[in-house]
Amino acid sequence: MDFTDEQITRYSRHILLPEVGGKGQKKIAKSRILIVGAGGLGSPAALYLAAAGVGTIGIIDSDVVDLSNLQRQVIHHTRDLARSKVLSAKEKIQALNPDVTVVMHEDRLTSRNALELIRGYDLVLDGADNFPTKFLCNDACYFADKPLVHGAILRFEGRVTTIIPGKSACYRCVFKNPPPPGLVASCQEAGVLGVLAGIIGTIQATEALKLVLGVGRPLTDRLLDFDARRTAFREIKTKKNPNCPLCGEHPTITELFDHEPETCAAKS
Amino acid sequence: MLVKINGKSEEVQGATVLDLLKARNIDPHMVAVELNARMLEGDHLATTPVKEGDQLEFLFYMGGGR
Repeated sequence: MDFTDEQITRYSRHILLPEVGGKGQKKIAKSRILIVGAGGLGSPAALYLAAAGVGTIGIIDSDVVDLSNLQRQVIHHTRDLARSKVLSAKEKIQALNPDVTVVMHEDRLTSRNALELIRGYDLVLDGADNFPTKFLCNDACYFADKPLVHGAILRFEGRVTTIIPGKSACYRCVFKNPPPPGLVASCQEAGVLGVLAGIIGTIQATEALKLVLGVGRPLTDRLLDFDARRTAFREIKTKKNPNCPLCGEHPTITELFDHEPETCAAKS
Repeated sequence: MLVKINGKSEEVQGATVLDLLKARNIDPHMVAVELNARMLEGDHLATTPVKEGDQLEFLFYMGGGR
């Protein structure tokens, strides 16, 4: 694959970086990234990955754009209200960078479709808004042996971690199971500072590009927590848990399954 | 005794990890607990003693994304 003059100009600020260069930019152009959720985290991640020239971006989401989404889901515009999120996202991505192939998966990620879907990509970026899907992303990436960049936001806080299956701590190494229903609030119930989606989603995109390029040190075996009130990051070291039900020494999870959907009855 | 909780030094009283959670009104189902860089099993919270100089992380679930 050779770049056109236009592409060389478009990606010149990448190509200038010794760690990227033409070779790295080609890796980006050949990469295939699946974004789970075209929402708060998925929006900025998709836009920056598209701008970066990622060859194929898959987006899975079954929702339509709601007015309450627009405070943070920056890939969707006011005129997209009630339109399919994956379609809205595809249009913005292709307007930004026609080099990108966008694969629309207008669906929910489930234990039935997850493995087949994820196997078609190099890595997965988790922008899901609920625990069942987050645990499913973790499990499916483990079974498909694909790196996962996890992200989450709530109120004034966000969290990112990168998971290399079998090599670094997985989500279940830290959180074995979803919290009991109703105990932990979701964005819908608790609110979220919209700009947090940009901060956490773009860190996820950074991690994804680093993995594609093989540059630097991935955010593995570390949870990066951000508190917008104090504008402070905190890194919590983690490691593979021998008692992990998925990737531990005596796994009890040997195939994909769906956790029960959350009920909306948050405490605080 | 002096321990570190989520990176901050704190003077605490209590014999077990569960005592520390209870003293902070934290429902043990809402957190994953790391003690000296090792994840604690949920059913060990009540039987794991806290010792001077221990480093604890109370990791709250965070599930949003949309």
